[in-house]
Amino acid sequence: MRSEVTQPMKASGKSPIKLDFRNEKSHLLDKIVPILLFLCAALSILTTIGIVFTLITETFQFFQKVSIMDYLFGTKWSPLIDPKSFGVLPLLSGTFMITIIACIVAIPLGLASAIYLSEYAHKRVRKIIKPILEVLAGVPTIVYGYFALSLITPLIRGIFPDTGVFNALSAGIVVGIMIIPMVCSLSEDAMSAVPRSLRDGAYALGATRFEVALKIVVPAALSGIVASAVLAFSRAIGETMIVTVAAGATPKLTADPLESIQTMTAYIVQVSMGDTPHGSIEYGTIFAVGMTLFIITFLLNILAQYVARRFREEY
Amino acid sequence: MSLLEEDTGRKQIAQRRRIDFILHILFVVSTAIGVVALMALIIDIVLDGFMRFAPDLFTNYPSRRASQAGMKSAIVGSLYMLLIMAPLSFILGVGAAIFLEEYAKKNRLTRLIQLNISTLAGVPSIVYGILGLTLFVRGLALERSLLSGALTMTLLVLPIIIVAAQEAIRAVPKARRDASFALGATKWQTVSRSVMPSALPGVMTGVILALSRAIGETAPLVMIGGLTYVAFLPESIMDSFTVMPIQIYNWISRPNEAFHELAAAGIIVLLIMLLLMNFAAILLRNKYQKNV
Repeated sequence: MRSEVTQPMKASGKSPIKLDFRNEKSHLLDKIVPILLFLCAALSILTTIGIVFTLITETFQFFQKVSIMDYLFGTKWSPLIDPKSFGVLPLLSGTFMITIIACIVAIPLGLASAIYLSEYAHKRVRKIIKPILEVLAGVPTIVYGYFALSLITPLIRGIFPDTGVFNALSAGIVVGIMIIPMVCSLSEDAMSAVPRSLRDGAYALGATRFEVALKIVVPAALSGIVASAVLAFSRAIGETMIVTVAAGATPKLTADPLESIQTMTAYIVQVSMGDTPHGSIEYGTIFAVGMTLFIITFLLNILAQYVARRFREEY
Repeated sequence: MSLLEEDTGRKQIAQRRRIDFILHILFVVSTAIGVVALMALIIDIVLDGFMRFAPDLFTNYPSRRASQAGMKSAIVGSLYMLLIMAPLSFILGVGAAIFLEEYAKKNRLTRLIQLNISTLAGVPSIVYGILGLTLFVRGLALERSLLSGALTMTLLVLPIIIVAAQEAIRAVPKARRDASFALGATKWQTVSRSVMPSALPGVMTGVILALSRAIGETAPLVMIGGLTYVAFLPESIMDSFTVMPIQIYNWISRPNEAFHELAAAGIIVLLIMLLLMNFAAILLRNKYQKNV
C-alpha cells in the first residue's frame, strides 16, 4: 500500500504539495532501527555464549592437569597449600549445607507469609507488609553478611558456646532470611492466580479459612509454589557474600552446622582476592568450581521453569 | 439426626474453628518474622555504626588506623560506576525490550532470546565476575579498571532491565499504536513518539531498581579486582577503583572491632543511597499510575 501511494509522486519528481510526510529520513530510520534493536537483544545471547565459552575452555585446560575423577570424587580440597589436592566434595557439601539450612528457614516462613498475605490479610495490612518484604529483598548481600556476623553468630554462640566465630548455621539462617521475600512473592503470585470461584465454592460448602487455604488454594497453586522453592534453592547455592563473611574459609566434609566450612562461591572469592598467577593450576580452579556452580544453578532454573509450566493447573 | 450425632458434629466444628485460629496465628507469626528480621538488621547496624557516621567518613580516604579511615574513594567510585553503567544499561536494555515487544516476530529465535534472558537472570552474580575477569580484564586488556567493572555490572543488570522494560511497554494499550498508525506514522515513529513516552516512567522505575541492585553488588567486583585500599579518586575510566560494598567487605573482614563500627557506618551510607534510589522509583511509579 505504502509504496503504491508514494512511488508515483517520487516518479513525478517535484510535487507541488508535499503530501508524504514519511520522508527519506524516516524510511531510512525504519530500516536501520530494527537492526540496532536486534543487536541489543542479541547481546543477551552473546553473554550466555561468553559465559559458557570461558567456563568450558578454562575448565578443559584445568582437567588436562587434574583428573576429572579426582575432582568429582576427591574428599580433600586444598589447591593452595602443598600437598595439593583437588576434590570438590568438601566445597559441594559446604554449599549444600548452607542451602539446606537456608531452605529450612525460608520455605516454611515464605510459604506461610504467602498464605497469610493472599488468604488472610486485610488489604490494608497487605499494603504495609508487601513493601517491607520488598525492602528485605533489596538489602545488599554484604549487609546481610554483617548482620550474620554481628548479631546472629553471637546469638548462636550464646546457645551453643563451642561454636566458632565462623559457622555454617549463622550464614545459612541469614541466607534463608534473604530468600524469604522471593519464596513469598512467587508463591503469592501463584496463589492469587487461583480463581475466586474455587474459594467461593469451598466456603459455600462450609469450609473454614485454613481448609480453603490448605486444601483448595495451595494444591491448585502447587506448581508455582514448588517452582518458587526450586528457585530459592538455586539462589541460595549462588549466594556469595554472606557465606564469604560468615561461614569461614575451611573446606571440609562435615555434617556439623556449627563448624566453619567453605562454599563454592566463597572459594572463588578467596582465590580471586589473592595474587594467583594467570594460567596456573590454582587459577584454573576458579573456572572448574565456577563451571560446577553454573551447571547446578542452570539445571535448577530449568527445572523450576519446567515444573511451573508442566504441572500448572489451568482454569 | 440423633442428639448424639448432632453433638459430635458441633464438636467437630468447634475443633475446625480452633485449628483455623491456631493456623491464623501461625501464619501471622511467620510473616512477622520477616518484618522483625528487617527491623533487627536495621537497629543492629544503626547502633553499631551511629558513632562513626560523621563527616570524616565522607572526606577521609581508607586508612590502616580505624580512627582516621573514611570511604571517600569508595563513595566516589560507586557514583562513577553508576554514571558509566546507567546510560549503557539503559540503552542496551530498553533497546532489547523494544525489539522483543514491538519488532520481533513470534518465531524460534525470539523464543530463544526470551528464554535466554530469563535464564541469565538466574545466573549467580559471581559467575558474571568470572566472565568479566576473563573477557574484560584479560581478553580486552582493560585491566582492573573502572571500565571493566562497569561493563561487567552492565551485563549483570541487563536481564533485569529488559524484563522490567518489556512489562512497561506491554502495558501501553494497543489503541495508542493503532491511533498512531492510523495517522500514517511509520513503525519507528509510532514506537519512538507514541509508545515509548507512555512507557517511559515504568521503564525508568525498572532501570532505577536494577541500578540500585548493582550499587549493592559485591561479588563480581571482588572478582574483577576492585581494590580495597584506594587512596585516590579515579581520574579516568581506566583507573583502578573501589566501591562502597568492597570497602565495607574489607572492613568487615578485619578482626579489629573498631573497623566493624566503620563497616556499620559504611552500610548506613549504602542503605541511605539505596533508599533514595528506591524512593525515586516509587515517585515515578505513582506518577505513572496517575497518568494511565
